[in-house]
Amino acid sequence: MLFQIKKISFALVWLSLLFVACNKTDNNPTPVNELEGLKQAAVITNSTHTITLYTATGTFQTGYNAIYFQVKKADGSLVKNATATWTPMMHMMSKSHSCPASAITMKPQATATYGGHIIFQMPSNSTEYWELSLSYTIDGVSYTATSQITVAASSHQVVTSFKGSDSVRYILALVAPTQPKVAINDISAALYKMETMTRFVPVDKYTIMIDPRMPDMGNHSSPGNEHLVQGADKLYHGKLGLTMTGYWKINLQLLDTAAHTLKGEPVSDANPASSIYFELEF
Amino acid sequence: MYRFILWLVLAISTPLALLAQKKTTPNKDTAHVSMEEVVVISQQNLSQKMEKPLSSLDNYLEKSSLINMVRRGSYAWEPFINGMSSERSVITIDGMRIYGACTDKMDPVTSYVEITNLAKANIHSGSAGTLGGATIAGSLDLVRKKSYFGDTQWKGIAFTGFETNNRQWIAGAGTSIIRPRFYMDVDATGRKAENYAAGGQKEVLYSQYAKYNVSSVAAYRLGEHRHVEASLIYDHALDVGYPALPMDVATAKAFIGSVEYVQHHLSPTILLSKTKLYYNDVTHIMDDTKRPIVPIRMDMPGWSKTAGFYSVLQGRVAIHEWNATLSGHHNYSLAEMTMFSNDSTRKDMFMLTWPGVNTDYGDLALKDIIAINDDWKATVNIGVGVHHNKIANTFGWESLQIFYPGLKQSKTRILKRLSAAMEHKGEQLIYSLALAYGERAPSVSEGYGFYLFNSSDRFDYIGNPWMKNEKSGNATLTATYAGAKLSVKLTGAYFYIKDYIIGKIQPGLSPMTIGGNGIKRYEQLPHATIFNSALDVNYYLTEKLTWSNRCSYRRGIGSDGINLPLMQPFSYNSGLTYAHSSFTADANVSGAVKHTAYSADYGERPLPSYAVINLSAAKRFAFKQQSLLVKAGVENLLDTYYTTFSDWNRVPRMGRNFFINLLWNY
Repeated sequence: MLFQIKKISFALVWLSLLFVACNKTDNNPTPVNELEGLKQAAVITNSTHTITLYTATGTFQTGYNAIYFQVKKADGSLVKNATATWTPMMHMMSKSHSCPASAITMKPQATATYGGHIIFQMPSNSTEYWELSLSYTIDGVSYTATSQITVAASSHQVVTSFKGSDSVRYILALVAPTQPKVAINDISAALYKMETMTRFVPVDKYTIMIDPRMPDMGNHSSPGNEHLVQGADKLYHGKLGLTMTGYWKINLQLLDTAAHTLKGEPVSDANPASSIYFELEF
Repeated sequence: MYRFILWLVLAISTPLALLAQKKTTPNKDTAHVSMEEVVVISQQNLSQKMEKPLSSLDNYLEKSSLINMVRRGSYAWEPFINGMSSERSVITIDGMRIYGACTDKMDPVTSYVEITNLAKANIHSGSAGTLGGATIAGSLDLVRKKSYFGDTQWKGIAFTGFETNNRQWIAGAGTSIIRPRFYMDVDATGRKAENYAAGGQKEVLYSQYAKYNVSSVAAYRLGEHRHVEASLIYDHALDVGYPALPMDVATAKAFIGSVEYVQHHLSPTILLSKTKLYYNDVTHIMDDTKRPIVPIRMDMPGWSKTAGFYSVLQGRVAIHEWNATLSGHHNYSLAEMTMFSNDSTRKDMFMLTWPGVNTDYGDLALKDIIAINDDWKATVNIGVGVHHNKIANTFGWESLQIFYPGLKQSKTRILKRLSAAMEHKGEQLIYSLALAYGERAPSVSEGYGFYLFNSSDRFDYIGNPWMKNEKSGNATLTATYAGAKLSVKLTGAYFYIKDYIIGKIQPGLSPMTIGGNGIKRYEQLPHATIFNSALDVNYYLTEKLTWSNRCSYRRGIGSDGINLPLMQPFSYNSGLTYAHSSFTADANVSGAVKHTAYSADYGERPLPSYAVINLSAAKRFAFKQQSLLVKAGVENLLDTYYTTFSDWNRVPRMGRNFFINLLWNY
């Protein structure tokens, strides 16, 4: 069945391409592949829908995950008018907690792909697992779908969870660069504070200071860095100079709106690293 | 600049106007221009005077009072003309441009040839007189040794030498086939040396080297006044230690090839036309595997490829002996650095230290030697070059943008030069004054280098593509007296260099090199001045005995009051030479006074005075058409431990060394 649909849709795409090719004056945009560059990471089903989740790597990892999904009806058609929220929940031996998760919006330029981000601050293992619940409404009818998901540990530290000097628990995750270059990179990060075990809210107007270092090369730094400040998208953005490939430790300091350091220490000869940092290796 | 040119034109036109009154007769002997200095290298016509006929090219060049050789080990010294680093001069091999492939100057152009390849080195001081391109300090052209068409002949040379201090073996042979319409020269030379010992038997680790070189020139005569010539040099040095540097060289390889078309007597006014196409390819692989302790292991290969041409017209019209040269070349320089983490699970650390830089250069040079009368001669040079750089490697371009956001990929510069010289030739006295203006573009390292470690001041250097051209005005005064008993030559050259390129500390930036002192970026001093002087005095005591003396002194000061590095303190050489028929003997002492004007800002330390004594003797034995030259001697007789201003990181010079050279001509 699915195979036939694929065949038919392939034929349709092919026909439309031919049509476009034959009519150069036609202004109809060629259909975009809404899932380009994404790999399937999980499938959650309930009695009415199949929800397929996608990420760039095809896995969920600790740290910032940009997650997209499509909702498919039993007949295979995609739902284009859903509104949804999600709740990731970590079930530990003794307690449960959630993690920062954004609102869900339609992927830009897409008609049936929804997305947002979730920041997993710890991986799942055989006894402690993550569960993702999706609550969504289609044409006024509410549905839920829940499934265990596997969250792998990132090979490098890309998320850090800590208590600031203001006794607030923060979660700071590296968003970009995902493919660092020997250049001035755009660096961005997401900053949340934990209000309860299940409530995480973005933090506004703080400053994240960075000091990239190469511990394997005398802990040298690099020029061209700019501290991260919040942008319109609520994420924090700055510049990161990387002078060579290899392993970099991005030492961090978190400053509140009054420029008080909440966490992190400056790097010096006596103090080779801050207590909060990201890692990059390329 | 324009004020300087005006001054220059005025200075030249005044005597010209005065002399125009005199009746002028063309001087046949216009070839001699005292602004040029020649170092004779070829063994075939070697006078026995050279202390060590089979010494390296570096030793030969060091004999010129215009040149200092900066030493980082036993091998591949860097020629400094008029006290200025090699970026400020144009060094060519038979007019061919070659770019070294090492970011640490371990392979100056002069290291890719052998004395057997060369007949002589023509050295021009300042931008006066050079046809090779934009320069500040001067130019050095290494002239290929070659035969010429003639009666059928076959000749050859075989030579060998041994030196005790570093157990250096030198061996080689060359042969020439001469025909009326064809000639060919082939030669090969090999050298192998172990570590040398400084004075007091102190072994200098990592000072070994091995090198072999083969070369050939072949020419075919197409007509009475036309011929084509092809030339090849292959040079390969391996296992070269650099005791003054933190790394050695595994291999340094160059292939240098050219074809040339030559035509003589085109017309009564055009005497010679030459057009050459050339290509050279240099590969340089550094090596730290011989060093037991390094903070981090790394690979640092570099490559440089150059293709170019030049076309020369030479002629004579009335009192004018003129030369027009059109030349151009394209170079691509790339150098990598890969550092291996001590943690083997980590990825390698990679960067481009030369970000794949294209240099395209086109140049037109005009020269006119005007024989005003029997006594007076004027030389005028004018040249303009178009210099274009492009960062051809995207990885490298993005890397440099860390320091220069928005850096453009390309940069074009116009480089102008102008010089004029007057020479008066009397019975015994010749004097000349040359005034010159020249410009140069930053070198690949100065413009585009990325974390180049300087082991003298221990800073990482960053190139600066936004620098202006460096500009120089210079005046050179030469006076020569040649009497029956006494000859004296006095030279003084003064350089005023505007926008002088030099590294300046960038506070707050962290060095990449482990243990480095910081970051220096190439910047420009408002100006710098450099003064060079040399005095040669030869006294002919008897017909057989000559007392030769030479001293030189250089001083360089930046506009910030800082001493420029690598400037020669007052140095001298005094020797007695006895020559009787085929026997010569030589005893000399060379030394320098205490070096006080050293440059602490660039890692230099003060130096005590020193003096060393050298002795040698030679005898030529002739058997019919063949001859055998035997030369033996001892250098640094007293085994003095010493180091000079030109020894990088004050690496000591060689202690007592006995040598023997045997050259058999047939």
